[in-house]
Amino acid sequence: MFHRESGVFKTTYAADMALYPLPIAKWTVAALAVIFVVIVPLTVHEYYLSILNLIFIAIVGALGLNILVGYTGQISLGHGAFMSVGAYTAANLAVKLDLPFWLTLPAGGLMAAAIGVVVGMPSLRIKGLYLAIATLAGQLIIEWTINRVPAISGGAQASIQVDRPSLFGFSFNTQGTLYFFLLFFAVLAIIGTLNLVRSRIGRAFVAVRDQDIAAEIIGIDIYRYKLMAFAISSFYAGVCGVLYTYYFGIANYEQFQLIVSIDYLAMIIIGGLGSVLGSILGAVFVTLLPIVIRILMENVGSLFFTTAEMANVISGLRLGVFGGLIIFFLIVEPEGLNRLWRNIRSYFRVWPFSY
Amino acid sequence: MTRFVKRWLGMAAATATLALGGGQAFAQKELVFGLHCDRTGPTATVGTVMCPGYHDYIALVNSKGGVEGHKIKVLEIDNEYKVPPAIEAHERFKKEGAVLEGLYGTPQVSALNKKMEEDKILGTSPGFGVAAAADGKRFPYIFPIAASYWSQGAAAVAFVKERLGGNLKGKKIAYLFYDNPAGKEPLAILEDLAKSEGFELRTFAVPAPGLEMGAQVLDITGRFKPDFVIAHLFGRSPSVSIKELKGKGYPLSKVVSLVWGGAEADIVAAGGMGAAEGYNTIQFAGVGKDFPVIKEIEAMYKAQGKAVPKELDSTVYYNRGVLIAALHVEAVRNAIKAKGGAAPTSEEVKKGMESIKGFTLGGLVPPMEITPEDHEGGGWVQIWTVKGGKLVKTKDWFQGYRDVIKKHLEAEAKKS
Repeated sequence: MFHRESGVFKTTYAADMALYPLPIAKWTVAALAVIFVVIVPLTVHEYYLSILNLIFIAIVGALGLNILVGYTGQISLGHGAFMSVGAYTAANLAVKLDLPFWLTLPAGGLMAAAIGVVVGMPSLRIKGLYLAIATLAGQLIIEWTINRVPAISGGAQASIQVDRPSLFGFSFNTQGTLYFFLLFFAVLAIIGTLNLVRSRIGRAFVAVRDQDIAAEIIGIDIYRYKLMAFAISSFYAGVCGVLYTYYFGIANYEQFQLIVSIDYLAMIIIGGLGSVLGSILGAVFVTLLPIVIRILMENVGSLFFTTAEMANVISGLRLGVFGGLIIFFLIVEPEGLNRLWRNIRSYFRVWPFSY
Repeated sequence: MTRFVKRWLGMAAATATLALGGGQAFAQKELVFGLHCDRTGPTATVGTVMCPGYHDYIALVNSKGGVEGHKIKVLEIDNEYKVPPAIEAHERFKKEGAVLEGLYGTPQVSALNKKMEEDKILGTSPGFGVAAAADGKRFPYIFPIAASYWSQGAAAVAFVKERLGGNLKGKKIAYLFYDNPAGKEPLAILEDLAKSEGFELRTFAVPAPGLEMGAQVLDITGRFKPDFVIAHLFGRSPSVSIKELKGKGYPLSKVVSLVWGGAEADIVAAGGMGAAEGYNTIQFAGVGKDFPVIKEIEAMYKAQGKAVPKELDSTVYYNRGVLIAALHVEAVRNAIKAKGGAAPTSEEVKKGMESIKGFTLGGLVPPMEITPEDHEGGGWVQIWTVKGGKLVKTKDWFQGYRDVIKKHLEAEAKKS
């Protein structure tokens, strides 16, 4: 199942830039497509589809944050707030103007991108921890504004109910149909990011991250690219917020508070900064780990504890194991799950020989 | 990539078999209840006491042979006060065939509202969630089953009026609240009552996480000098408010707190029961251990040869857990009776919940009446006051300004 690259000679730049350098990669993608479009939705219980749905939404958000933090090297603690901007934009448009999701979704993304550029302005002058604090201020200001402006929040409860997304009269109102809805946007986000990072823009982002003064000297307009990174990242966040809104059927800013920004940072750090696969692995890991720990504990733990004790044990253990695993992964492989996966792959590539 | 997928699918398959294996272990006649809980998030002080209360009451019912012969199995999922885990929890409960769910957390209730309706499973949100959910026509599957923030606010004003001699004209009331949607919700009622009762209302918002309110309290005690303070705070902030108000010399007997600021732990954290003399709290469940059901739970532990857990001493939240469990059990009991003893579906349990009436559990539960129109059950509360080192009941079950609440519910219903 592993790619054997011998006999691959690239003779053109186009071949070198190709998304799939080997024919087998195309087949892998085709197989993945069959699994996720046909096999999984037909065979898996609705409950597992609902978990996958949460993962798909998380992937979109994690990819966006990784473009900013991983590829461009700008720290942001405002990702959750950008999601809420997208969510409220879409919800207001859907309720007040009765627009369909294929208009509200890009609108939510664009609005978040515009706000993201404003919040990203300080990145032109400051870096690192200082920028983190500046974006933290952005997060708090956006939260406060939504909470305090009824025109945005729709009243004291600061929540706006939206109908399920529908297309040509077909309503996505079950986990099974929402699965396809969310899968489509997750795939779109993955393909978009893969193409973005191998384009001129993506390479400029990496240059800014690695050494911004050198980047400027070789002719990259770093102000433009920093703001662009904020805009693109916030666009993803906004779309992620819109997806949450349609998935929950409600926009509520309490779903996008500071803790969410930190959760997403955890995802990309665990998954691997500056990598598309890393964003996906991180989103899967952070969403799935608590659930797996709980299910394992429910089955194994009953041997050791009574039901009443177990509730406390599961909660405590889940946090403990989660924290422990994060530290373990970061010590074993500071570059994240993505690097861990590549190491495993390159070890088995020449297996059973050592090189 | 493929190896990743293989591993992932292997993991999914493993969890699937584990979950299925767990499912088969249940006896056929068990009814499944889903309980959302926060044992590790920002409101862990509530969850770690309220959820054991829930489990203990169900254990008591099971030890007596279950509800009409049906044993109950409670599945609990800790959502850490986050929304995505609550969605996952609901789907899990649905998969296990839960007939009802005890929801927890205002944002979580908002996010699940639509899903509960689509899946036709009832969820309870006692003392939190959206006040408009009392309207059973608009929110058919959400049951507040206790006083909403609107009812609590109205009851607070009614209590203040009584304390200030039956007339509020020209009086000054300060509203000290946590600056989030739940904190702002009673404002609509308070502003309305300020007009009709003729008192001056001024609001003092405390930003999250609510641990710093020196400026607000100084504003209250130094400049506004109100005749009464209505406090509506969550988490650690109620104890901060008690400390600050007392420190600035404001008499605590002129403070009344809504339901999430009146637990023993909040008062003890503010310097002990003795230091908070006179502090008034609104409660939607009975406080203290002087109830037959609490005695039965203690007896159950003693009969098993175990020590009575310390959670029972935190009677405010513990008793609320018992109240939620008891109402869940009563709903199921009504449904089973209506069906002649067979296990009910979730829709039948909903009808059972809508026919709860005259169930008081020895005074722990208010004399509520839940109907298809009124899922709040009347919005009953009690006032308990700190006196001589413990919480003492100063006002029995009462409702505040029902006509005003009804008017607001009707206005909300017209909006959609």
